Amino acid sequence: MCSSGWSDPRPGQRGRGPSLAFSLHRLAAELRVYARGNVRSREGFFFTLIFPIILVLLFGAIFAGGGISQTTVYVQNHDGGPVAAAFISALNSTSNDCSPGASSGLCLRGVAVDQNFSQYLSSKSASDGIVVPEGFSAAYGANQQVNITLFGNPASTTSAIVSGITSEVVNAFNLHGSKGVLGIETRTAVSSSYKYIDFLIPGLIGFSALTSPMFAMVNIVSTYRRDKVFKLLSLTPLTKTEWLLAKILWYIGTTVVSFILMSVVGVYVFGAHITLTLGIGLFLLIGPFFFVSLGMLVGTVSNSPESAAVVGNLVTFPMMFLSGTFFPVSSMPAYLQGVAHLLPLYYMIDGLNNVMIYGNYSPALFDGGLLVALSIVVFALAVRFFRWRED
Amino acid sequence: MVHLIQLPAIVVDGLLKRYGQLRAVDDVSFSVEKGEVFSLLGPNGAGKTTTIEILEGLRQQEGGTARVLDLDPWSKGYDLHKRIGVIPQGFKFLDYPTPREAIIYYGALFGVRVDPDEMLSRVILEDAGNIWFQNLSGGQKQKLGMALSLVNNPEVIFLDEPTTGLDPQARRAVWEVIRKLKNEGRTVMLTTHYLEEAEELADRVAIMNHGKIAAIGTTEEIETRYGSGQKMVVKAKDDLLEFLKDNTKLKAEKGANGTVIISLRDKDDALVALGSIAESGTDWGDLTVKRDSLEDVFLRLVGPEARSEGEGT
Repeated sequence: MCSSGWSDPRPGQRGRGPSLAFSLHRLAAELRVYARGNVRSREGFFFTLIFPIILVLLFGAIFAGGGISQTTVYVQNHDGGPVAAAFISALNSTSNDCSPGASSGLCLRGVAVDQNFSQYLSSKSASDGIVVPEGFSAAYGANQQVNITLFGNPASTTSAIVSGITSEVVNAFNLHGSKGVLGIETRTAVSSSYKYIDFLIPGLIGFSALTSPMFAMVNIVSTYRRDKVFKLLSLTPLTKTEWLLAKILWYIGTTVVSFILMSVVGVYVFGAHITLTLGIGLFLLIGPFFFVSLGMLVGTVSNSPESAAVVGNLVTFPMMFLSGTFFPVSSMPAYLQGVAHLLPLYYMIDGLNNVMIYGNYSPALFDGGLLVALSIVVFALAVRFFRWRED
Repeated sequence: MVHLIQLPAIVVDGLLKRYGQLRAVDDVSFSVEKGEVFSLLGPNGAGKTTTIEILEGLRQQEGGTARVLDLDPWSKGYDLHKRIGVIPQGFKFLDYPTPREAIIYYGALFGVRVDPDEMLSRVILEDAGNIWFQNLSGGQKQKLGMALSLVNNPEVIFLDEPTTGLDPQARRAVWEVIRKLKNEGRTVMLTTHYLEEAEELADRVAIMNHGKIAAIGTTEEIETRYGSGQKMVVKAKDDLLEFLKDNTKLKAEKGANGTVIISLRDKDDALVALGSIAESGTDWGDLTVKRDSLEDVFLRLVGPEARSEGEGT
């Protein structure tokens, strides 16, 4: 038998018996061929590199300017006197508007006196607040110097607005009394002030991690089955695990690229605030891992590319809109917030919000841990139920 | 003195596979010797693909046994696949690799180093080595399929309708590759519904119909066994037919286009027929002697409807 053209670097391999050992060599070959296909395909190039930028530009432009327009100011009044009440009333009269549809202005919310004010602000992920000290009214009446404490973030535009309004009210009180006894003591709040774009970036990273792998995998699994490509692959030593891991690695790569592109556009075009932490890496890894596996599972239960697309959309679209992709989940009605908590994408976006914006690592750890557990289960199910060959 | 007995490359015995009530493969038995080109011939739905997919380890039979290179294809598929090459029916691949890249990819999957230029040359595809798969012609795609099936240097190659849908030129190019494989001593199992393909390439043929083997052997053996022997065809008027019936014991019938067909059991019949034609005094011409072709036998065994169905797909 002619054997020119071949050389086997693993002599003696044949006849060893079944060997389903994982091979990095095969994984790399599969990753290379899949990556090359995506780079060469116009659709792949568009969805990997162009689409994320368009999304950020589009939504960033729609909500440019202030994003989250209403600024909540927390007020803790330790003084029960009439001057303190008048002071807060004066603040209220400036531009207080807590209605859901409010387009601008301050929304004053009271904080119980037994609360630690700094911690309270932190728990609300807020930075703007005013504390009226005990004896405020008495001191003002006695022409003694007394300061209110103004919490804010010097880098935040909303804090600057709150500071300006508060100063106006203080000045008015000083002029009214002509004594100049009221002062402002400023303190920097731990929490930052957020704009819409700040929430949009993690949301769109989640969106990207969801849609690219889900739509691609659902389509691939059904068309490969129709075109008998899986049969062809089943006749090679490539294993299902290697095949799926190659896809996961590719989509981790594209998600990271999307993250970088979106962040750069968000920061440099819209002034988004993004904190780069290692925690982001966890979600950039685990998100694609989960959604590639889920896409394969969805494709496995569908009989044709058409039905796969329907099932894929049924799974993808609710997650896309209800998981905090385009708006913070906290701004949704309570019953929809309950639904959001059932969607895996919520935990990815919530986790990204926690590590990129709030710096709250404990809840991020919970989000990440839950996603890791879900990913392992879905990956195992996808490999288990997906069959190369038929019986 | 020790005699080494060479096992057949493929042994099938009493193979059974059902899809619901349909017995797609029904008690099929045959064997294929090493180095042989064996063709399963039959119309669509005859059970060819199911049979070949069982042998490839892609489907599990319900009854009977199948051995390829002395391995059970279903339970030992992983070992078997390193030793066989396969082109599934309607071969399709990923859209974007070039043939050169696809060969390197397959080599990596099998853990073998392959010279892509050498492989392309073997399947006569050197001129399309850098064209994306989606832009290849039908014939070029099939040739790439053959190249991929050869990457692991297989002992047995399964070709499931490798030329279906190809133009005559591309079909003959694929045949050329198959002949090369035979010359290299590889065992080739080929399914086709093109009679000419089986006649051109196969050492032996099995005609399948409704899941069963209707005939098996070399084309000559099948023609002899299932054909109706030699026939003399002569262009003549009906009065020759009357003369033969009245004056000889020859079996004669009216053929198409004003011909009379005389069945010949032996040489004596041929001499009697010739003498009778001369004696009849009728005007005759275009005399030929022929025997049933594989196509005639095929039509007799599977029916003309099945034949036309097979040709159309």
